[in-house]
Amino acid sequence: MSVDSVFVHKMWDEHELSKMVKGGIPFPMLSDGGGKVGSVFGVYLEDAGVEARGRFLIDPDGIIQGFEVLTPPVGRNVAETLRQLQAFQHVRNSKGTEATPSGWKPGKPTLKPGPDLVGKVWEVWKTSSAFDD
Amino acid sequence: MAEEIKAGCARPTGGPVGEKVDNKKETPKQEAIKEVRTMVTVGKKAPDFTAPAYHKGKFINIKLSDYLGKWVSLCFYPGDFTFV
Repeated sequence: MSVDSVFVHKMWDEHELSKMVKGGIPFPMLSDGGGKVGSVFGVYLEDAGVEARGRFLIDPDGIIQGFEVLTPPVGRNVAETLRQLQAFQHVRNSKGTEATPSGWKPGKPTLKPGPDLVGKVWEVWKTSSAFDD
Repeated sequence: MAEEIKAGCARPTGGPVGEKVDNKKETPKQEAIKEVRTMVTVGKKAPDFTAPAYHKGKFINIKLSDYLGKWVSLCFYPGDFTFV
């Protein structure tokens, strides 16, 4: 979503993005003229009249589980967005019985929060777990 | 003479030029209200909205609440023809 019109979205998709992604962008490109939606989400930069690089993960109940907002010059890490999505989905599927510690990704051990875990995290999670293998 | 705009990572914007027009008729109280910035909170409901969209050759209307039951990644970016 940006403040550009849907006409400009079409031109961008046809003339540039389709050269990066075969068949063009598969998801809807939303238009937010005037930044009304961006203002509600707190990412509309009034002075510049554009939106910051805001990214919101919304679960199937419509609850915001996480967000990240960057100023325009720095791009995002899409792999990190996907990792967070996988982590939130794992936690949701466990019905809240599991939590994913720092650096978790699919296949790595989760934590089972509860009285038994207090003071014992160090036994199952090492600082090296925070980083990619 | 028209000046060439340096293409940055945000869409170039214009605005009023010349002498500042003093059209402030607002009372200080109204200005104070304008200063209030909102930000959403994790663990809370995402504000619902509708927005026009371009999707696979068609112009469509999107409503966030139509996506209940699915995971949504909502991404904002400064402008078309920049990076994401």
